[in-house]
Amino acid sequence: MSDVDFLIHHQAEWLRSGGPDSDIVISSRIRLARNLTGYPFCQKLTEAQRAEIVDMAEDAAGASPMLKPSHYWRYSALSDLDLQFLLERHLVSREHAGERSVKAVALTGDESVSVMVLEEDHLRIQAFQGGFNLPACWKTINQLDDELEGALDYAFSPALGFLTACPTNVGTGLRASCMLHLPSLVLTKQVHKVLQALAKLNLAARGLYGEGTQATGNFFQFSNQLTLGQNESEIIDNLVTVIRQVIEHEKEARKYLRDKKTSKIEDQIWRAVGTLKSARLISSAEATQFLSLLQLGIQMEVVSTSLTSQDLNLLFLLIQPAHLQKLAGKELDSPERDAFRAELIRGKLKALVV
Amino acid sequence: MICSICNSQEAMIHLTEIVNDQMIEIHLCETCAAEKGTDFKTHFNAADLLSGLIDTGKPAKPSTRRLVLKCPSCGLTYEEFGKTGRLGCAQCYDAFSKMLLPLIKRVQRATRHLGKKPSRAPGQSAPPPYDLKILRDQLRKCVQSEEFEEAAHYRDEIKRILEEKSKKGKKGKNE
Repeated sequence: MSDVDFLIHHQAEWLRSGGPDSDIVISSRIRLARNLTGYPFCQKLTEAQRAEIVDMAEDAAGASPMLKPSHYWRYSALSDLDLQFLLERHLVSREHAGERSVKAVALTGDESVSVMVLEEDHLRIQAFQGGFNLPACWKTINQLDDELEGALDYAFSPALGFLTACPTNVGTGLRASCMLHLPSLVLTKQVHKVLQALAKLNLAARGLYGEGTQATGNFFQFSNQLTLGQNESEIIDNLVTVIRQVIEHEKEARKYLRDKKTSKIEDQIWRAVGTLKSARLISSAEATQFLSLLQLGIQMEVVSTSLTSQDLNLLFLLIQPAHLQKLAGKELDSPERDAFRAELIRGKLKALVV
Repeated sequence: MICSICNSQEAMIHLTEIVNDQMIEIHLCETCAAEKGTDFKTHFNAADLLSGLIDTGKPAKPSTRRLVLKCPSCGLTYEEFGKTGRLGCAQCYDAFSKMLLPLIKRVQRATRHLGKKPSRAPGQSAPPPYDLKILRDQLRKCVQSEEFEEAAHYRDEIKRILEEKSKKGKKGKNE
Protein backbone atom coordinates (compact mmCIF):
# COMPACT_ATOMS: atom_id res chain seq x y z
CA MET A 1 0.00 0.00 0.00
CA SER A 2 1.23 3.42 -0.88
CA ASP A 3 0.29 6.74 0.73
CA VAL A 4 -1.33 8.01 -2.43
CA ASP A 5 -3.63 4.98 -2.91
CA PHE A 6 -6.61 6.48 -1.10
CA LEU A 7 -6.97 8.99 -3.95
CA ILE A 8 -8.14 6.31 -6.38
CA HIS A 9 -11.42 5.97 -4.47
CA HIS A 10 -11.67 9.68 -4.04
CA GLN A 11 -13.11 12.09 -6.55
CA ALA A 12 -11.23 15.36 -6.92
CA GLU A 13 -13.36 18.40 -6.12
CA TRP A 14 -12.84 19.80 -9.63
CA LEU A 15 -14.17 16.58 -11.20
CA ARG A 16 -17.20 16.34 -8.94
CA SER A 17 -18.36 19.93 -9.02
CA GLY A 18 -18.92 20.40 -12.75
CA GLY A 19 -18.82 24.19 -12.62
CA PRO A 20 -19.66 26.86 -15.21
CA ASP A 21 -19.61 25.76 -18.89
CA SER A 22 -18.37 22.34 -17.84
CA ASP A 23 -19.79 20.73 -20.98
CA ILE A 24 -16.87 22.33 -22.86
CA VAL A 25 -14.37 23.51 -20.25
CA ILE A 26 -13.45 20.56 -18.07
CA SER A 27 -11.20 22.31 -15.62
CA SER A 28 -9.42 25.56 -14.85
CA ARG A 29 -6.01 25.84 -13.27
CA ILE A 30 -3.55 28.54 -12.25
CA ARG A 31 0.02 28.03 -11.19
CA LEU A 32 2.54 30.44 -9.72
CA ALA A 33 6.31 30.01 -9.99
CA ARG A 34 8.25 31.13 -6.91
CA ASN A 35 11.88 30.90 -5.80
CA LEU A 36 13.41 31.44 -2.39
CA THR A 37 16.06 34.06 -1.68
CA GLY A 38 19.42 32.83 -0.40
CA TYR A 39 19.47 29.76 -2.66
CA PRO A 40 20.45 29.38 -6.30
CA PHE A 41 17.79 28.11 -8.73
CA CYS A 42 17.23 24.36 -8.99
CA GLN A 43 19.98 23.44 -11.47
CA LYS A 44 22.67 24.88 -9.17
CA LEU A 45 21.38 23.42 -5.89
CA THR A 46 23.43 20.89 -3.95
CA GLU A 47 21.75 17.79 -2.51
CA ALA A 48 22.02 19.32 0.97
CA GLN A 49 20.36 22.55 -0.19
CA ARG A 50 17.59 20.55 -1.88
CA ALA A 51 16.89 18.74 1.39
CA GLU A 52 16.83 22.10 3.24
CA ILE A 53 14.28 23.54 0.83
CA VAL A 54 12.09 20.43 1.09
CA ASP A 55 12.14 20.86 4.89
CA MET A 56 11.48 24.61 4.70
CA ALA A 57 8.55 24.09 2.36
CA GLU A 58 7.09 21.50 4.74
CA ASP A 59 7.33 23.97 7.63
CA ALA A 60 5.74 26.70 5.51
CA ALA A 61 2.91 24.34 4.47
CA GLY A 62 2.40 23.48 8.14
CA ALA A 63 2.14 27.19 9.02
CA SER A 64 -0.36 27.93 6.23
CA PRO A 65 -4.02 27.56 7.30
CA MET A 66 -4.96 26.53 3.75
CA LEU A 67 -2.33 23.79 3.51
CA LYS A 68 -2.27 22.69 7.14
CA PRO A 69 -4.68 19.78 6.72
CA SER A 70 -2.77 18.63 3.66
CA HIS A 71 -0.51 15.77 2.68
CA TYR A 72 3.19 16.37 2.26
CA TRP A 73 5.00 13.66 0.38
CA ARG A 74 8.72 13.39 -0.21
CA TYR A 75 9.52 11.72 -3.50
CA SER A 76 11.77 9.23 -1.71
CA ALA A 77 8.59 7.75 -0.21
CA LEU A 78 6.79 7.42 -3.56
CA SER A 79 7.13 4.75 -6.26
CA ASP A 80 7.34 5.47 -10.00
CA LEU A 81 3.75 4.29 -10.28
CA ASP A 82 2.68 6.74 -7.55
CA LEU A 83 4.32 9.60 -9.45
CA GLN A 84 2.68 8.60 -12.72
CA PHE A 85 -0.62 8.42 -10.84
CA LEU A 86 -0.19 11.96 -9.44
CA LEU A 87 0.78 13.16 -12.92
CA GLU A 88 -2.39 11.70 -14.46
CA ARG A 89 -4.38 13.62 -11.83
CA HIS A 90 -2.48 16.81 -12.83
CA LEU A 91 -1.22 17.21 -9.26
CA VAL A 92 2.41 17.15 -10.42
CA SER A 93 3.87 18.05 -13.80
CA ARG A 94 5.64 15.79 -16.26
CA GLU A 95 8.92 17.58 -15.52
CA HIS A 96 8.47 17.14 -11.76
CA ALA A 97 7.54 13.46 -11.99
CA GLY A 98 10.26 12.76 -14.57
CA GLU A 99 13.67 12.82 -12.97
CA ARG A 100 14.32 11.16 -9.63
CA SER A 101 15.82 13.57 -7.10
CA VAL A 102 15.11 15.18 -3.74
CA LYS A 103 11.64 16.66 -4.30
CA ALA A 104 8.27 16.85 -2.59
CA VAL A 105 4.64 17.66 -3.21
CA ALA A 106 2.02 19.17 -0.89
CA LEU A 107 -1.63 18.53 -1.56
CA THR A 108 -4.96 19.38 0.05
CA GLY A 109 -7.42 16.54 0.65
CA ASP A 110 -9.94 17.80 -1.92
CA GLU A 111 -7.15 18.10 -4.55
CA SER A 112 -7.99 21.77 -5.15
CA VAL A 113 -4.44 22.91 -4.35
CA SER A 114 -1.01 21.38 -4.81
CA VAL A 115 2.51 22.70 -4.33
CA MET A 116 5.37 21.10 -6.24
CA VAL A 117 8.64 21.58 -4.39
CA LEU A 118 11.79 21.70 -6.55
CA GLU A 119 10.27 21.61 -10.01
CA GLU A 120 11.91 24.00 -12.51
CA ASP A 121 11.48 26.61 -9.79
CA HIS A 122 11.71 26.04 -6.04
CA LEU A 123 7.94 26.20 -5.72
CA ARG A 124 5.17 25.71 -8.23
CA ILE A 125 1.86 26.45 -6.52
CA GLN A 126 -1.28 25.24 -8.31
CA ALA A 127 -5.03 25.74 -7.78
CA PHE A 128 -7.75 23.77 -9.61
CA GLN A 129 -11.46 24.27 -10.23
CA GLY A 130 -14.05 22.35 -12.21
CA GLY A 131 -15.46 24.03 -15.32
CA PHE A 132 -14.62 27.50 -16.55
CA ASN A 133 -13.65 29.21 -13.33
CA LEU A 134 -10.28 30.94 -13.44
CA PRO A 135 -11.26 33.80 -11.07
CA ALA A 136 -11.95 31.26 -8.30
CA CYS A 137 -8.53 29.69 -8.93
CA TRP A 138 -6.90 33.10 -8.63
CA LYS A 139 -8.68 33.87 -5.37
CA THR A 140 -7.45 30.61 -3.85
CA ILE A 141 -3.92 30.77 -5.15
CA ASN A 142 -3.45 34.43 -4.29
CA GLN A 143 -4.38 33.73 -0.69
CA LEU A 144 -2.16 30.66 -0.50
CA ASP A 145 0.72 32.62 -2.01
CA ASP A 146 0.29 35.25 0.73
CA GLU A 147 0.24 32.58 3.40
CA LEU A 148 3.40 30.88 2.14
CA GLU A 149 5.15 34.21 1.79
CA GLY A 150 4.57 34.69 5.52
CA ALA A 151 7.04 31.87 6.13
CA LEU A 152 9.31 32.10 3.09
CA ASP A 153 11.31 34.90 1.43
CA TYR A 154 10.66 35.02 -2.31
CA ALA A 155 13.22 36.13 -4.89
CA PHE A 156 11.73 39.35 -6.23
CA SER A 157 12.95 42.39 -8.14
CA PRO A 158 10.80 45.54 -8.21
CA ALA A 159 11.47 45.91 -11.93
CA LEU A 160 11.15 42.33 -13.16
CA GLY A 161 8.86 40.90 -10.49
CA PHE A 162 9.18 37.32 -9.26
CA LEU A 163 12.46 35.91 -10.54
CA THR A 164 12.21 32.50 -12.17
CA ALA A 165 14.68 29.99 -13.59
CA CYS A 166 13.32 30.52 -17.10
CA PRO A 167 12.76 34.11 -18.30
CA THR A 168 9.51 32.96 -19.95
CA ASN A 169 7.97 32.88 -16.45
CA VAL A 170 9.48 36.03 -14.95
CA GLY A 171 7.20 38.75 -13.54
CA THR A 172 3.96 37.33 -12.23
CA GLY A 173 5.19 33.72 -12.60
CA LEU A 174 1.57 33.04 -13.46
CA ARG A 175 0.32 30.46 -15.93
CA ALA A 176 -3.45 30.19 -16.19
CA SER A 177 -4.88 27.33 -18.19
CA CYS A 178 -8.17 25.71 -19.09
CA MET A 179 -8.76 22.19 -20.38
CA LEU A 180 -11.22 22.32 -23.26
CA HIS A 181 -13.07 19.48 -24.96
CA LEU A 182 -13.62 20.56 -28.58
CA PRO A 183 -14.89 17.53 -30.51
CA SER A 184 -17.11 19.52 -32.88
CA LEU A 185 -14.39 21.97 -33.87
CA VAL A 186 -12.15 18.98 -34.61
CA LEU A 187 -14.88 17.13 -36.56
CA THR A 188 -15.68 20.22 -38.63
CA LYS A 189 -11.92 20.77 -39.16
CA GLN A 190 -12.02 24.27 -37.72
CA VAL A 191 -9.76 23.70 -34.75
CA HIS A 192 -6.60 24.68 -36.65
CA LYS A 193 -8.03 28.13 -37.26
CA VAL A 194 -8.64 28.46 -33.54
CA LEU A 195 -5.10 27.31 -32.72
CA GLN A 196 -3.58 29.75 -35.20
CA ALA A 197 -5.64 32.63 -33.83
CA LEU A 198 -4.51 31.74 -30.31
CA ALA A 199 -0.86 31.91 -31.28
CA LYS A 200 -1.36 35.42 -32.61
CA LEU A 201 -2.82 36.42 -29.25
CA ASN A 202 0.24 35.03 -27.41
CA LEU A 203 -1.71 32.15 -26.00
CA ALA A 204 -0.56 28.55 -26.16
CA ALA A 205 -2.50 25.39 -26.97
CA ARG A 206 -1.23 22.06 -25.71
CA GLY A 207 -2.31 18.48 -25.09
CA LEU A 208 -3.83 16.90 -22.01
CA TYR A 209 -0.70 16.85 -19.84
CA GLY A 210 0.84 20.22 -20.59
CA GLU A 211 4.01 21.15 -22.37
CA GLY A 212 4.97 18.77 -25.16
CA THR A 213 2.04 16.40 -24.91
CA GLN A 214 -0.29 15.32 -27.66
CA ALA A 215 -3.79 16.62 -28.14
CA THR A 216 -5.71 13.33 -28.11
CA GLY A 217 -9.42 12.74 -27.82
CA ASN A 218 -10.15 16.33 -28.78
CA PHE A 219 -8.76 17.76 -25.54
CA PHE A 220 -6.80 21.00 -25.60
CA GLN A 221 -5.15 22.96 -22.86
CA PHE A 222 -5.16 26.72 -23.47
CA SER A 223 -2.86 28.99 -21.49
CA ASN A 224 -1.20 32.41 -21.43
CA GLN A 225 2.37 32.67 -22.74
CA LEU A 226 3.31 36.09 -21.38
CA THR A 227 3.90 36.60 -17.67
CA LEU A 228 5.34 40.12 -17.61
CA GLY A 229 3.97 43.60 -18.36
CA GLN A 230 0.41 42.85 -17.27
CA ASN A 231 -0.99 42.31 -13.81
CA GLU A 232 -2.51 38.98 -12.80
CA SER A 233 -6.13 40.05 -13.43
CA GLU A 234 -5.30 41.33 -16.90
CA ILE A 235 -3.59 38.07 -17.82
CA ILE A 236 -6.56 36.06 -16.55
CA ASP A 237 -9.21 38.34 -18.12
CA ASN A 238 -7.44 38.18 -21.47
CA LEU A 239 -7.48 34.37 -21.44
CA VAL A 240 -11.09 34.27 -20.22
CA THR A 241 -12.24 36.53 -23.08
CA VAL A 242 -10.58 34.37 -25.70
CA ILE A 243 -11.81 31.08 -24.22
CA ARG A 244 -15.35 32.47 -24.04
CA GLN A 245 -15.18 32.95 -27.82
CA VAL A 246 -13.81 29.44 -28.35
CA ILE A 247 -16.74 28.09 -26.30
CA GLU A 248 -19.15 29.94 -28.60
CA HIS A 249 -17.44 28.49 -31.69
CA GLU A 250 -17.66 24.97 -30.28
CA LYS A 251 -21.36 25.51 -29.49
CA GLU A 252 -22.02 26.72 -33.03
CA ALA A 253 -20.16 23.74 -34.47
CA ARG A 254 -22.25 21.40 -32.29
CA LYS A 255 -25.43 23.03 -33.54
CA TYR A 256 -24.24 22.71 -37.13
CA LEU A 257 -23.44 19.01 -36.69
CA ARG A 258 -26.79 18.34 -35.01
CA ASP A 259 -28.87 20.29 -37.57
CA LYS A 260 -27.00 19.80 -40.83
CA LYS A 261 -25.00 16.61 -40.41
CA THR A 262 -27.46 14.70 -38.25
CA SER A 263 -27.07 11.20 -39.61
CA LYS A 264 -23.31 11.51 -40.05
CA ILE A 265 -22.66 12.60 -36.47
CA GLU A 266 -25.15 10.10 -35.06
CA ASP A 267 -23.40 7.36 -37.01
CA GLN A 268 -19.99 8.34 -35.62
CA ILE A 269 -21.25 8.56 -32.07
CA TRP A 270 -23.06 5.21 -32.15
CA ARG A 271 -20.13 3.45 -33.81
CA ALA A 272 -17.94 4.76 -30.99
CA VAL A 273 -20.43 3.46 -28.43
CA GLY A 274 -20.48 0.11 -30.24
CA THR A 275 -16.71 -0.21 -30.02
CA LEU A 276 -16.58 0.86 -26.38
CA LYS A 277 -19.28 -1.65 -25.48
CA SER A 278 -17.72 -4.56 -27.31
CA ALA A 279 -13.92 -4.09 -27.37
CA ARG A 280 -11.86 -6.72 -25.54
CA LEU A 281 -8.60 -4.77 -25.91
CA ILE A 282 -8.44 -1.00 -26.12
CA SER A 283 -5.52 1.45 -25.93
CA SER A 284 -5.87 4.64 -23.92
CA ALA A 285 -5.65 6.75 -27.12
CA GLU A 286 -8.48 4.81 -28.78
CA ALA A 287 -10.58 4.80 -25.64
CA THR A 288 -10.10 8.55 -25.16
CA GLN A 289 -11.08 9.20 -28.77
CA PHE A 290 -14.30 7.14 -28.53
CA LEU A 291 -15.23 8.33 -25.03
CA SER A 292 -14.87 11.85 -26.39
CA LEU A 293 -17.50 11.04 -29.03
CA LEU A 294 -19.74 9.44 -26.40
CA GLN A 295 -19.37 12.58 -24.27
CA LEU A 296 -20.48 14.64 -27.27
CA GLY A 297 -23.39 12.22 -27.82
CA ILE A 298 -24.56 12.65 -24.23
CA GLN A 299 -24.23 16.44 -24.39
CA MET A 300 -26.03 16.64 -27.76
CA GLU A 301 -28.72 14.31 -26.40
CA VAL A 302 -28.09 11.81 -29.19
CA VAL A 303 -27.39 9.17 -26.54
CA SER A 304 -29.79 9.00 -23.64
CA THR A 305 -28.27 7.38 -20.60
CA SER A 306 -28.09 7.80 -16.86
CA LEU A 307 -24.36 8.47 -17.27
CA THR A 308 -23.52 12.14 -16.75
CA SER A 309 -20.73 14.26 -18.24
CA GLN A 310 -19.04 14.13 -14.82
CA ASP A 311 -19.13 10.31 -14.90
CA LEU A 312 -17.38 10.39 -18.25
CA ASN A 313 -14.79 12.92 -17.08
CA LEU A 314 -13.99 10.54 -14.24
CA LEU A 315 -13.75 7.64 -16.69
CA PHE A 316 -11.23 9.59 -18.83
CA LEU A 317 -9.03 9.63 -15.74
CA LEU A 318 -9.59 6.02 -14.66
CA ILE A 319 -8.51 4.58 -18.03
CA GLN A 320 -5.03 6.16 -17.76
CA PRO A 321 -2.24 3.59 -17.20
CA ALA A 322 -1.35 4.34 -13.56
CA HIS A 323 -5.02 4.66 -12.56
CA LEU A 324 -5.78 1.25 -14.06
CA GLN A 325 -2.93 -0.30 -12.10
CA LYS A 326 -4.07 1.35 -8.86
CA LEU A 327 -7.60 0.04 -9.52
CA ALA A 328 -6.28 -3.45 -10.25
CA GLY A 329 -4.10 -3.31 -7.15
CA LYS A 330 -1.10 -4.64 -9.06
CA GLU A 331 1.28 -3.79 -11.87
CA LEU A 332 -0.05 -4.49 -15.37
CA ASP A 333 1.95 -4.50 -18.59
CA SER A 334 0.61 -2.79 -21.69
CA PRO A 335 -1.46 -5.70 -23.17
CA GLU A 336 -2.87 -6.46 -19.69
CA ARG A 337 -3.86 -2.82 -19.32
CA ASP A 338 -5.62 -2.82 -22.69
CA ALA A 339 -7.69 -5.81 -21.59
CA PHE A 340 -8.43 -4.38 -18.15
CA ARG A 341 -9.32 -1.00 -19.66
CA ALA A 342 -11.77 -2.62 -22.10
CA GLU A 343 -13.35 -4.56 -19.23
CA LEU A 344 -13.67 -1.44 -17.07
CA ILE A 345 -15.33 0.54 -19.87
CA ARG A 346 -17.74 -2.30 -20.73
CA GLY A 347 -18.73 -2.41 -17.06
CA LYS A 348 -19.35 1.33 -16.84
CA LEU A 349 -21.42 1.33 -20.05
CA LYS A 350 -23.39 -1.81 -19.18
CA ALA A 351 -26.69 0.02 -18.75
CA LEU A 352 -26.30 1.92 -22.03
CA VAL A 353 -28.58 0.39 -24.66
CA VAL A 354 -27.41 0.62 -28.27
CA MET B 1 -2.05 10.57 -42.02
CA ILE B 2 1.28 8.72 -42.30
CA CYS B 3 3.86 8.56 -39.51
CA SER B 4 6.55 11.25 -39.89
CA ILE B 5 9.31 8.94 -38.60
CA CYS B 6 8.91 5.64 -40.48
CA ASN B 7 6.79 7.05 -43.33
CA SER B 8 4.96 3.76 -43.62
CA GLN B 9 2.42 3.23 -40.87
CA GLU B 10 -0.75 5.18 -40.12
CA ALA B 11 -0.06 7.91 -37.53
CA MET B 12 -2.06 7.52 -34.32
CA ILE B 13 -0.45 10.21 -32.23
CA HIS B 14 -0.49 13.84 -33.22
CA LEU B 15 1.56 16.44 -31.46
CA THR B 16 0.89 20.11 -31.87
CA GLU B 17 2.70 22.85 -30.07
CA ILE B 18 2.39 26.54 -30.64
CA VAL B 19 5.11 28.82 -29.43
CA ASN B 20 5.67 32.35 -30.63
CA ASP B 21 3.36 32.18 -33.62
CA GLN B 22 4.83 28.97 -34.92
CA MET B 23 2.87 25.77 -35.05
CA ILE B 24 4.89 22.60 -34.98
CA GLU B 25 3.12 19.39 -35.89
CA ILE B 26 4.36 15.85 -35.78
CA HIS B 27 2.48 12.66 -36.54
CA LEU B 28 3.58 9.31 -35.19
CA CYS B 29 2.46 5.72 -35.50
CA GLU B 30 2.17 3.78 -32.27
CA THR B 31 5.39 1.83 -32.81
CA CYS B 32 7.52 4.91 -33.41
CA ALA B 33 5.81 6.78 -30.57
CA ALA B 34 6.57 3.92 -28.19
CA GLU B 35 10.20 3.89 -29.32
CA LYS B 36 10.53 7.62 -28.94
CA GLY B 37 8.68 7.52 -25.65
CA THR B 38 8.95 10.67 -23.66
CA ASP B 39 11.96 11.88 -25.64
CA PHE B 40 9.54 13.91 -27.63
CA LYS B 41 8.66 16.28 -24.90
CA THR B 42 12.17 17.66 -24.92
CA HIS B 43 11.80 18.65 -28.55
CA PHE B 44 8.79 20.71 -27.80
CA ASN B 45 9.29 22.93 -24.88
CA ALA B 46 9.46 26.67 -24.63
CA ALA B 47 12.93 26.60 -23.10
CA ASP B 48 14.42 24.94 -26.18
CA LEU B 49 12.77 27.39 -28.50
CA LEU B 50 13.90 30.13 -26.21
CA SER B 51 17.49 28.95 -26.33
CA GLY B 52 17.15 29.12 -30.11
CA LEU B 53 16.29 32.76 -29.73
CA ILE B 54 19.17 33.40 -27.38
CA ASP B 55 21.68 32.56 -30.11
CA THR B 56 20.15 35.06 -32.51
CA GLY B 57 20.03 37.56 -29.69
CA LYS B 58 23.73 38.41 -29.99
CA PRO B 59 24.51 42.06 -30.78
CA ALA B 60 24.13 42.92 -34.45
CA LYS B 61 27.71 44.20 -34.67
CA PRO B 62 30.11 41.27 -35.06
CA SER B 63 32.38 41.21 -32.07
CA THR B 64 36.03 40.39 -32.49
CA ARG B 65 36.77 39.46 -28.89
CA ARG B 66 34.80 36.71 -27.19
CA LEU B 67 33.59 37.75 -23.79
CA VAL B 68 32.89 35.02 -21.30
CA LEU B 69 30.01 36.40 -19.33
CA LYS B 70 29.71 34.67 -15.97
CA CYS B 71 27.40 35.19 -13.02
CA PRO B 72 29.59 36.05 -10.00
CA SER B 73 27.08 34.50 -7.61
CA CYS B 74 26.42 31.02 -9.04
CA GLY B 75 29.09 30.69 -11.73
CA LEU B 76 26.69 30.08 -14.63
CA THR B 77 28.01 31.39 -17.96
CA TYR B 78 25.76 33.07 -20.49
CA GLU B 79 26.74 30.34 -22.92
CA GLU B 80 25.37 27.68 -20.55
CA PHE B 81 22.16 29.67 -20.25
CA GLY B 82 22.01 29.73 -24.04
CA LYS B 83 22.06 25.93 -24.07
CA THR B 84 19.47 25.24 -21.38
CA GLY B 85 17.33 28.39 -21.33
CA ARG B 86 17.49 28.23 -17.53
CA LEU B 87 19.24 30.72 -15.27
CA GLY B 88 21.32 29.62 -12.29
CA CYS B 89 20.17 32.06 -9.63
CA ALA B 90 18.33 35.32 -9.01
CA GLN B 91 21.58 37.32 -9.43
CA CYS B 92 21.93 36.04 -13.02
CA TYR B 93 19.26 38.58 -13.95
CA ASP B 94 21.69 41.37 -12.92
CA ALA B 95 24.85 39.69 -14.20
CA PHE B 96 23.42 39.13 -17.69
CA SER B 97 21.08 42.13 -17.76
CA LYS B 98 22.64 43.62 -20.87
CA MET B 99 21.86 40.52 -22.94
CA LEU B 100 18.87 39.33 -20.98
CA LEU B 101 16.73 42.47 -21.05
CA PRO B 102 16.49 42.63 -24.85
CA LEU B 103 15.71 38.90 -24.83
CA ILE B 104 12.99 39.34 -22.21
CA LYS B 105 11.64 42.26 -24.18
CA ARG B 106 11.37 40.00 -27.21
CA VAL B 107 9.77 36.95 -25.58
CA GLN B 108 7.60 38.82 -23.08
CA ARG B 109 6.98 42.01 -25.10
CA ALA B 110 7.52 43.96 -21.89
CA THR B 111 10.20 44.59 -19.30
CA ARG B 112 8.20 45.98 -16.40
CA HIS B 113 6.46 43.94 -13.74
CA LEU B 114 2.98 45.28 -13.04
CA GLY B 115 1.60 42.46 -10.93
CA LYS B 116 1.59 41.42 -7.33
CA LYS B 117 4.44 42.33 -4.99
CA PRO B 118 5.40 40.35 -1.92
CA SER B 119 4.44 42.26 1.21
CA ARG B 120 8.05 42.29 2.34
CA ALA B 121 9.43 43.41 -1.02
CA PRO B 122 12.24 45.92 -0.67
CA GLY B 123 11.91 49.40 -2.25
CA GLN B 124 8.33 50.01 -3.32
CA SER B 125 9.15 52.49 -6.08
CA ALA B 126 10.18 50.60 -9.19
CA PRO B 127 13.35 51.94 -10.82
CA PRO B 128 13.20 52.25 -14.61
CA PRO B 129 13.47 48.63 -15.72
CA TYR B 130 15.03 49.44 -19.02
CA ASP B 131 18.24 51.26 -18.54
CA LEU B 132 18.41 54.23 -20.90
CA LYS B 133 22.02 53.48 -21.70
CA ILE B 134 21.12 49.95 -22.88
CA LEU B 135 18.30 51.32 -24.99
CA ARG B 136 20.58 53.90 -26.61
CA ASP B 137 23.19 51.20 -27.28
CA GLN B 138 20.56 49.08 -28.96
CA LEU B 139 19.32 52.04 -30.99
CA ARG B 140 22.85 52.79 -32.18
CA LYS B 141 23.44 49.15 -33.15
CA CYS B 142 20.19 48.96 -35.08
CA VAL B 143 20.98 52.11 -36.99
CA GLN B 144 24.47 50.78 -37.81
CA SER B 145 23.05 47.53 -39.12
CA GLU B 146 20.26 49.39 -40.93
CA GLU B 147 17.48 47.67 -39.00
CA PHE B 148 15.33 50.76 -39.05
CA GLU B 149 12.10 49.20 -37.90
CA GLU B 150 13.76 47.94 -34.72
CA ALA B 151 15.52 51.27 -34.33
CA ALA B 152 12.24 53.20 -34.47
CA HIS B 153 10.93 50.96 -31.74
CA TYR B 154 13.87 51.75 -29.43
CA ARG B 155 13.59 55.46 -30.26
CA ASP B 156 9.94 55.44 -29.17
CA GLU B 157 10.74 53.55 -26.00
CA ILE B 158 13.45 56.07 -25.07
CA LYS B 159 11.09 58.95 -25.78
CA ARG B 160 8.41 57.39 -23.63
CA ILE B 161 10.74 56.90 -20.67
CA LEU B 162 12.10 60.46 -20.94
CA GLU B 163 8.56 61.87 -21.06
CA GLU B 164 7.59 59.84 -18.03
CA LYS B 165 10.63 61.09 -16.18
CA SER B 166 9.95 64.75 -16.97
CA LYS B 167 6.32 64.35 -15.89
CA LYS B 168 7.42 62.90 -12.57
CA GLY B 169 9.97 65.70 -12.15
CA LYS B 170 7.29 68.39 -12.65
CA LYS B 171 4.94 66.70 -10.26
CA GLY B 172 7.67 66.65 -7.65
CA LYS B 173 8.25 70.42 -8.02
CA ASN B 174 4.55 71.29 -7.78
CA GLU B 175 4.17 69.30 -4.61
